[in-house]
Formats: sequence, C-alpha cells, structure tokens
Amino acid sequence: MLDLLAQTSLNAVYAASYISLIAVGLVLIFGVMGVINFAHGELFMLGAYAVVALYADMQLPFLMAVAAGLLFVGLLGLVMERTLFRPLKDNPLGGLVASIGLLMILQALAVLGFGVRMEHVPPVTQEVIAFSDKVRLPLARLYVIVAAVLLLTGLWYFLKRTRFGWALRASAQDPEAAALQGISITQTARIAMFIGAALAGVAGALTAPLVSVNPHMGHSVIVTAFIVIIVGGVGSLEGAVIASVVYAFVHTFVTTLYDGVIADIVGLSLMLLVLIVRPTGLFGSADRA
Amino acid sequence: MPRILFFALGLIGLVALPHALSFSQQEILVFLVINVLLVASYRLLTLTGEWSLGHVVIMGVGAYASALFSKNLGIYVPFAMLLGGMTSALLAVLLSFPLFRMKGFYFLIGSFAAGEIIRLLWKRFRDPFGGAKGIKGIEPMPDFSIGVYEFDFFEPISYYYMSGAVVVFCLWILWRIERSPVGLTFHAVHWQDKLAEASGVNLRAYRTLAFSIASGFAGLSGALLAHYVGTINPNSFDVEVMVFVLTWAIVGGTATFYGPILGCVVLTILNEIVLRELGFEQMRPLIYGAIMILSILFMPKGLESIVQRLTRRTPVAAPREKVAE
Repeated sequence: MLDLLAQTSLNAVYAASYISLIAVGLVLIFGVMGVINFAHGELFMLGAYAVVALYADMQLPFLMAVAAGLLFVGLLGLVMERTLFRPLKDNPLGGLVASIGLLMILQALAVLGFGVRMEHVPPVTQEVIAFSDKVRLPLARLYVIVAAVLLLTGLWYFLKRTRFGWALRASAQDPEAAALQGISITQTARIAMFIGAALAGVAGALTAPLVSVNPHMGHSVIVTAFIVIIVGGVGSLEGAVIASVVYAFVHTFVTTLYDGVIADIVGLSLMLLVLIVRPTGLFGSADRA
Repeated sequence: MPRILFFALGLIGLVALPHALSFSQQEILVFLVINVLLVASYRLLTLTGEWSLGHVVIMGVGAYASALFSKNLGIYVPFAMLLGGMTSALLAVLLSFPLFRMKGFYFLIGSFAAGEIIRLLWKRFRDPFGGAKGIKGIEPMPDFSIGVYEFDFFEPISYYYMSGAVVVFCLWILWRIERSPVGLTFHAVHWQDKLAEASGVNLRAYRTLAFSIASGFAGLSGALLAHYVGTINPNSFDVEVMVFVLTWAIVGGTATFYGPILGCVVLTILNEIVLRELGFEQMRPLIYGAIMILSILFMPKGLESIVQRLTRRTPVAAPREKVAE
C-alpha cells in the first residue's frame, strides 16, 4: 500500500512537471496579450515532432533536438503574435478564433508531414532509479522533472529580478499605465509570446520519448492546461504551478484507483466546481477576472 | 408581394434541387439541411452574447436520447425525435444553473467542460450509451405515404424532403422567436444588460430561455442525424465538429438571421464540391483553418456584410443593427 502511494506520487510529480510548463506558458500569454491560445496543445505537439525529426530520424543529440524545438516553437510564437494576435487586438473573439484556426492548420501539417501514425522515439536512457522493488523512477522522467524545475526557476528569476520581467508584469497588470511609463507593449507582447510558446515546445520536446507522439496529442494537453489555469486562477503564474501539482496528484491517483476516463471526468468536474464557486480561481485576485 | 414570390421560387428550387444531384451529393444535402438547423439554433444562443463550446454535445444529447427512446422503449420514431429535442432543452435548463454563474470567456470554458463531461460519460458507461463504440442499428424513420409522394427512407431524397420540411418549420419558429418581444429582449440582454436589468428584465431567466430553446432545436437536429446515419458514438459530437459550427457562424457572421446559415451552406459546398471532387480530402482541416483565420482577419463581419452591401436596400437587417449598437 505504501509502495503504491509512493509510486503514484512519483508519477504525479512527473506529470505535474510538464503540465506546469504548459500551463505557465498559457497563463503568460493570456496575462500579457489577453488571448486564450487554443493552439497551445499544438505547440506542445510541434515540440515533440522537433525531437522526432532531429533526434529520432536525424540522430542528433537529444539535448540539441530539445533546444531546437524550444527555439523553433518560440519563433513560431513570435510569428503568431505578429500575424494573428496583434492585428486582432480589438476583436474580443478574434484571438480565440484565429488560434482555433491555427490549431487545425498545425494538426493538418503534422499529418501531412509525418502521417497520422504514432511515432516511435527511442528512449534517452533505459536506466531506472529503484527505491524498492515496486517504487521505481525511470531516469528519463527525472530529467523531465529537473528540466521543468530549472526552467520555471529561470522564468521566476527573469520575471521578478530583471527589468524585462518588471516591464512584462507591469503591462500584464495595466497595459495603459505601463505604456505611459515608457514600456513598449508590443515588445513585452513579443517576449511573452516567445517564452509562452517556447515553454510549450520544450515540454513537448522533453516528453517526446515518454509519450505517444501523434498529430492529435495536443487535444488532451490543452484540456488539461485549461483545467489547470482555471483552477489556479487565470493570470496567476504561481497559481498555475500549484494547480498543476494538485491536478496531477488528483488525476494520477484517480487513474490508479479507477481508470483514466473517470480521472478525466473528475478533473473537468473540479474545474466546473471552481468556476461555479470561485470563478477567479483559487489563487487569482478578483480584479483580474 | 415580391417577397412571397421570392420565397415560393426558393421553395421550388429546394424541392427540385436533389433531382439534379448524384446519390452521394444527395446524402451530403441531408447533412447540410441538418447542419443548417444546428447552426441556426446556435445563433439564437449567441443573441444573448454567450458563445458556447458545448452546443454540438447538446446536439448529441438529442441524438442519444432519441436513439435510446426508440430502441429501448420502442417509442415511435417521430415522437422519439421530439422527445430527444425536449431532453436537450431540459438538460440545458439543468446546465444553466452552474453555467450561467459565468459570463464571456468563463462561460465558454465552462460549457466546454460540461460538454466534455457528458461525452466522457457516454464513453464510460456502456449501458445504456454503448461506450466508445456508441449506439448501432438505430431504428430508421418508418416509411409512410402522403398520397402524392411515397416516403422511402432508405432513399436520401425522401429523408431530405422530410428533414427539410422539419428544418424549414423550425427555422420559421426560430425567426418568429427572434422577431418577437422575447427575441428583442435577448438583444437587450446582450447589448444593454445593465439597462435591461434596471427595466425589470430578469437577465438570468432570459439567458436560460435562449439557451434551452437553442438546445432543444440542436437536440432535434441531432435526432434527425441519428435516425439517418443509424449509428452514433461519442466522437460524432467532439470538439472538431464544434469547431466547424463555430467556423460557419464566424464566416457567415452572426448579426443577421441568415448569416450563420449562409456560412454553413457556402462552406459545405466549398468543402464537398470543391475539396472532395478535387481530392484535397487530407487538406480539409488545413483549408478550414486558413479560411477561419483569413475571414476573422479580413472579413470580421462575415459573409453577411457582403450580402448587405450588395442588396443595400436591407429592410430587415438595417434597423435591427441600430438596435444592436
């Protein structure tokens, strides 16, 4: 029983690590741009395909493939900002519709480029840390956890300790006041889009050897990310991380005890409950809603 | 008087249309008719300013309910269809309690969550919903004769006439609702909610009313679909279908009654005639996505704005837009 508890907790920590990367990116984009990026799951998918192309097919080193995935998806974020979200700034439904359109385009491109079939990515390492007979943590998963912690710490430092981070948070709080202080809103929007997209891409790239990579993998990712940002409070980065951990534990434990579909239902019900009882989320402040 | 002539000509055209088409095109025509009802009912909901992502699942509720009523309880199919629509409307009333605590973006996400929960319940509970494989062998519409015409529902033409008549009748009801004081109140709820509330309009009640009427018609369209295709499963009503409905509404525009219908018809023709005949089947989502982005970027008011510009003399739409703004 204790073994089961420990093993499930390890699984949950692993899930929390990459979910929080995705959710934090989504929150960052929403905070600065005011756009809910429905194509976020597809950015994750593209990161995974970067690893398929560079690491599995072209045999480049794994870390190089991950870095390329991060950069590629981040740049795509910049393109999205310039071509979609900036022109549609004044249209309340605009960003939503455009990102749904982009979602379909990216999915179709992945199907055309790689086919609908699942891609096999060779494992980075087969090694397993065995705490006991039944409690085991594959080293590959530990890498994902470590990478997520490092990236999120780096982001935290950037946002709280650098001038760019200050500017970013200022324009998220009050774009007009920030602009009056001489902060370029366009500039901060670009930075937020790059970081937000890159985080989704790197999450996909890191987990590519551990999940089934296919063109439609973004769907469950975006549903999870929505649940997490609603529970955590739209616009709260800390909330997104905490909610990721909460959601990962709930989902993993329900999956272990019952099954995956029940776990999805529980997750969605949790989100509905938060929306009903406290629409600003558990960690969001009222004025942001 | 010219309007009556216009409608009469349109009606004759609709009756004659299937005879000019191939068998597979006739089948597509049936789906088109059903989708027209779906997207027109979606517009009624958007009148109150709320955009739902659960509308297709609500349609599925009607489909499942009608299929189960006729299959398990042996209810006569036309009645089962009506009951299916009512089930959707009732469920919408229930869902309105949690969902209408939210507005705008939160409603969008909340409706999405509620829809996904319903879909997962279908998937999870094999009895009575049939699990991931869904329900097969749904009772077809029983054949009947009205003297001048023999309805044989293995022929898409017959189903087209039957569903077409139902849909035209439903559109007429939706149109009457929109032009009635209730419909005008829906507009007020959207554009002047504070003023409306101050004048004694119960916002919540009107939102719920719009939501349940829209859901009822969506459920009916689902029932029409279920008894035509004969098999439904949770994936028949997933987010991808919802995205199509959203695209039709956006591309057509939602300021007029005919906007979303126009979007649905134009995109379906484009899709089936152009893309399928040319063999771009695989590129379909790509082209749909591009159309969605291009139309929101360059035609944010939808196809209807072009129609309005062409017909200029728009006795129906113009004054209503004034009310809207």
